[in-house]
Amino acid sequence: MGLLTGLKSSISRAASTLFSEEEPKRIGIYGPPNAGKTTLANRIARDWTEHGDAIGPESHVPHETRRARRKENVEIERDGKTVTIDVVDTPGVTTKVDYTEFLEHDMEKDDAVRRSREATEGVAEAMHWLREDVDGVIYVLDSSTDPFTQVNTMLIGIIESQDLPVLILANKIDLEDSSVQRIKNAFPQHETTPVSALEGDNMDEVYDKIAEYFG
Amino acid sequence: MAEVKDPSEGVRIDLISGERMAGLTSMEKIRMILDGVREGNIVILEEGLSPDEESRLIEVTMTEISPDEFTGLEIETYPQSETADASFLNRLMGKQESKKLTVIGPANQIETLHKDETLIKTLVSRR
Repeated sequence: MGLLTGLKSSISRAASTLFSEEEPKRIGIYGPPNAGKTTLANRIARDWTEHGDAIGPESHVPHETRRARRKENVEIERDGKTVTIDVVDTPGVTTKVDYTEFLEHDMEKDDAVRRSREATEGVAEAMHWLREDVDGVIYVLDSSTDPFTQVNTMLIGIIESQDLPVLILANKIDLEDSSVQRIKNAFPQHETTPVSALEGDNMDEVYDKIAEYFG
Repeated sequence: MAEVKDPSEGVRIDLISGERMAGLTSMEKIRMILDGVREGNIVILEEGLSPDEESRLIEVTMTEISPDEFTGLEIETYPQSETADASFLNRLMGKQESKKLTVIGPANQIETLHKDETLIKTLVSRR
């Protein structure tokens, strides 16, 4: 990108921030560990930010994300309009963390203990963000696993009690065991949108819903 | 009255009435639950916690987890969203419809075998 074009784009972005009626809404990406939250956050960041930087590292090992990370001013264009949001990728929520589970992922005990301590801090941080600092929630579920878990029930209840808009995503539809209907049955009071954040399947509908729910 | 046995021989279950919980503040409830669970007891609440209290319970639990000592808790209620049925006015007034039987225990002693809208099957083991 030329220097002039870059400068124009920066000025235009600064002006739109200065003169916009309100601050961008902070949208928290929540869900249990290993649901694909960071993969989704990275997909959104890559699709809609200038440099396409990843928000955080993705991994199959649970609790890879142990700090909430915010990507500011993500501008999503839909039907000629721009919806600006801050995307907050949060650690997976759980009621238990056992360091011995990390040992199964070829980790030394010291590393596993450290990871578990950071994971507990991350979960506490995620809960704090949910109560105080987010304006809406994208709730990500792995559609190849059972959604009837206590963490899901509690988190959806907490989100509803705060009257936050919530978009439920049935992620990992590329997997053979995926069942979007199972997630629809678990949360019939909400609309469920299928997606594969990893493969990019159905992301257009996800962006339509983000604009509809949080625009 | 039955003879008091060695607590290590069994699992203690505390059934706490809604009436008893009603007189406690949120932090007192959370403290009572966590103290019980950390001693290896199963705590059954007749009327459960509000969503806000559940959120704080998760947060406080996380601060107390320590390797080889306490790995957290398992908590079970029926998977229904009572708050979705609560009127906006009630929510505005802070009156959460949270009357749901809730089972809480140490994560390393309690395992959910089956759960649906009307039934929870749980396996409780000794330490």
